[in-house]
Amino acid sequence: MSSLKDKLSFSTIMLWAGMFFLYVPMFILIFYSFNESKLVTVWGGFSAKWYGELFRDQQILDAVWTSLRVAFFASSMAVILGTMAAFVMTRFSRSWGKMTLSSMITAPLVMPEVITGLSLLLLFVHMADTFGWPAERGMFTVWLAHSTFCAAYVAVVVSARLRELDQSIEEAAQDLGATPFKTFFYITVPMISPSLMAGWLLSFSLSLDDLVIASFTSGPGATTLPMVVFSSVRMGVSPKINALATLIILTVSLIAFISWYFARRSDKKSLPPAM
Amino acid sequence: MKKPLKFRLPKGQCWTIGVPYFWLLLFFALPFAIVLKISFSTAAISIPPYESLFNYADESLQILLNIGNYLLIFDDSLYIYAYLGSLKMACVTTLGCLLIGYPMAYAIARAPKQQQTLLILLVMLPSWTSFLIRVYAWMGILSNNGLINNLLLWLGVISEPIQMLNTNFAVYIGIIYSYLPFMILPLYATLSQLDGSLLEAASDLGSRSMNTFWKITLPLSKGGVIAGSMLVFIPVVGEFVIPELLGGPDSLMIGKVLWQEFFNNRDWPVASALAIVMLGLLIIPITLFHRYQSRSMEKDA
Repeated sequence: MSSLKDKLSFSTIMLWAGMFFLYVPMFILIFYSFNESKLVTVWGGFSAKWYGELFRDQQILDAVWTSLRVAFFASSMAVILGTMAAFVMTRFSRSWGKMTLSSMITAPLVMPEVITGLSLLLLFVHMADTFGWPAERGMFTVWLAHSTFCAAYVAVVVSARLRELDQSIEEAAQDLGATPFKTFFYITVPMISPSLMAGWLLSFSLSLDDLVIASFTSGPGATTLPMVVFSSVRMGVSPKINALATLIILTVSLIAFISWYFARRSDKKSLPPAM
Repeated sequence: MKKPLKFRLPKGQCWTIGVPYFWLLLFFALPFAIVLKISFSTAAISIPPYESLFNYADESLQILLNIGNYLLIFDDSLYIYAYLGSLKMACVTTLGCLLIGYPMAYAIARAPKQQQTLLILLVMLPSWTSFLIRVYAWMGILSNNGLINNLLLWLGVISEPIQMLNTNFAVYIGIIYSYLPFMILPLYATLSQLDGSLLEAASDLGSRSMNTFWKITLPLSKGGVIAGSMLVFIPVVGEFVIPELLGGPDSLMIGKVLWQEFFNNRDWPVASALAIVMLGLLIIPITLFHRYQSRSMEKDA
């Protein structure tokens, strides 16, 4: 048994080394956002002045607002599309339509972003050429692009939940005379609502984070936050970006831990007290 | 094929399948047809910057297929090197992620049930924050007056800074760092499903733990290894942000070249042809991933 223990401890050491590797760069980023000096890597004393600069930068503030709006609408659309696709994949009988749908919906998961971005841009250019719509690229085209690739993630998350759901409850509702439509909204949706929320949050963060697809499909009117950050980072490191990074990391961690806490609490409630 | 489907399905089902189907046809399948079409056209100084493939002249439809873009790609060593560079980068980083990620996923799957969710949350958390910012963090660490060089100078190990930023080394680090969570998640998903009694049986029958690992644990987690590797390999081949920010002039990758052809040279036909060839290279890994994914997504009763 001692050799088993050795292997266990090897994987445990790797786990903690890996966690160290994942987190140290982020802590360094946060640490240097409070640096007085303009040189990011030279410590010049504690200061919060870069946060002040950040909130006075109108370009960044505008980009944040654009990104938040795109992410909100894109993730909402992605939840609708992704849930429909997940429902088809887990509840419908095998058919030609279901097969092609399930292979199309998961394709964006592994498609290199440059290909997705390029192909969507060429589509929009073609549509504008042929129908005169969309007349110019901007928030709307980015929304279309983001809804499509986020729907893939929602479909994966929601179908995992739909598969483990007890179908007899849905069947009971239908036996008692509920229409499929009513069954879905009164029975299925409440039962899968945690994964709908998880899919929405995942889509929201993916959309907020996307640079490549947004760069291809956006126009002069709509600059998203990653586009602004990218053009500034290309010039080199800047303490203002460190301050922005810190705010993003803290917000995401806070949301993640709150949802984890509530998920754990509801898990505990559903367990019998003996456990 | 569409007609009989409609007759068989009730109206509500028809809508449920129809809406996402139509959306994906329009925003996923059609764009690829257009990329394929444009890859066969000729670049021109106009808006949009390519010539039309179909011409209606002299009462006949003329189709001008220009394979020059493809000939250019296979003729110019720059493109060949970029493809090879991308494939090499993707192979090395996939292997790196697997070597680091597998023991991590294994340790998480063996942890007490209560801790598992928290550990997976900790692994995934960095990937929910900004990708761009995680790459940016390494710029500050690896640069000539960055943290590592300053530390080594201060310790007296080196007398002048080592060039790390803008080299392939930085790209390797950046990619492994960014894609590690995508490797761990599917590995954890299969490893946590592993039936512990199998391992117990093996050890009761006198199997050494290394032997048990190679003969039982690893083969049973094959699905996770494939899914994780594809989730890393495929996007890395087309990666643009990491080689652009951390790499130097010698780190040629096809995603970067495609971006430059499109945005800097405005040569849309060549960019499209580059994308088509890239897809051709990725078709095997993509099908592999799909087979695994659809098997786990569609539960056949």
